[in-house]
Amino acid sequence: MEPVLKETCRVARGDFASAGNVSAGFKRKVKQLGVDARLARQISIAAYECELNLIIHSFGGEMTLLVYSDRIVLTSEDCGPGIPDISLAMQEGWSTAPEDIRAMGFGAGMGLPNMKRQSDRFSISSSPAGTSVVMEFLLQKPS
Amino acid sequence: MKLSRIIELLDAEVLCGHAGGDVEIASAFGSDMMSDVLAFEVENTLLLTGLVNQHVIRTAELLDVGCILFVRGKAVPQEIVQQAKDAGICLLRTDKTLYVSCGILYNAGLPGCSRR
Repeated sequence: MEPVLKETCRVARGDFASAGNVSAGFKRKVKQLGVDARLARQISIAAYECELNLIIHSFGGEMTLLVYSDRIVLTSEDCGPGIPDISLAMQEGWSTAPEDIRAMGFGAGMGLPNMKRQSDRFSISSSPAGTSVVMEFLLQKPS
Repeated sequence: MKLSRIIELLDAEVLCGHAGGDVEIASAFGSDMMSDVLAFEVENTLLLTGLVNQHVIRTAELLDVGCILFVRGKAVPQEIVQQAKDAGICLLRTDKTLYVSCGILYNAGLPGCSRR
């Protein structure tokens, strides 16, 4: 199935000043499409966590918003350096963020678990060549 | 709890965005870690924090948090106030600490937030 909307944005390593710009853009897009406020908030939180991870931990990458008739998919692909132990990274509170990031209010080790919690489906794979995250948000919840 | 009541209880200064006393606040969350704020259920929530930077406003914007209270009498740069104005977010400031501010509001009946 082809998406009705596809938008890809680059996220640069260390560009903390722009943090949230991509997520705010995605939030505007889904709200324009008539997605209810609660789901739009879930999508924007997951996108923001993802964007922060790219800025703080990756060599840079891109995020894509895909809108289908029955779901919204958010993906992230980066250029490395990869997550050595995904099960550790999925534990709440486990973080490798440096002190300067924590001083700005981030890096509490809540990012990946929160992305999983916000989405209906979550998958992650990683190698030194890069990390790939896929999050799906169902527009029609199964009853 | 009405926003005007919160302002009165904390002897807070309005930095921007409060045009009357009729906004209803359902809950409050106090933290200097935005990562933690993102992990909680916030809806019509007042965010209390001692952290002053652009990321606090951005986090509130993405979470639909309409009001932020800066504690400990923090100096708030004009560009942060402008960013909040642009996002339609009300900014307050109190000289009270985070602990005391939260205690006063909780004692007056404003509940906390739950985990998502």
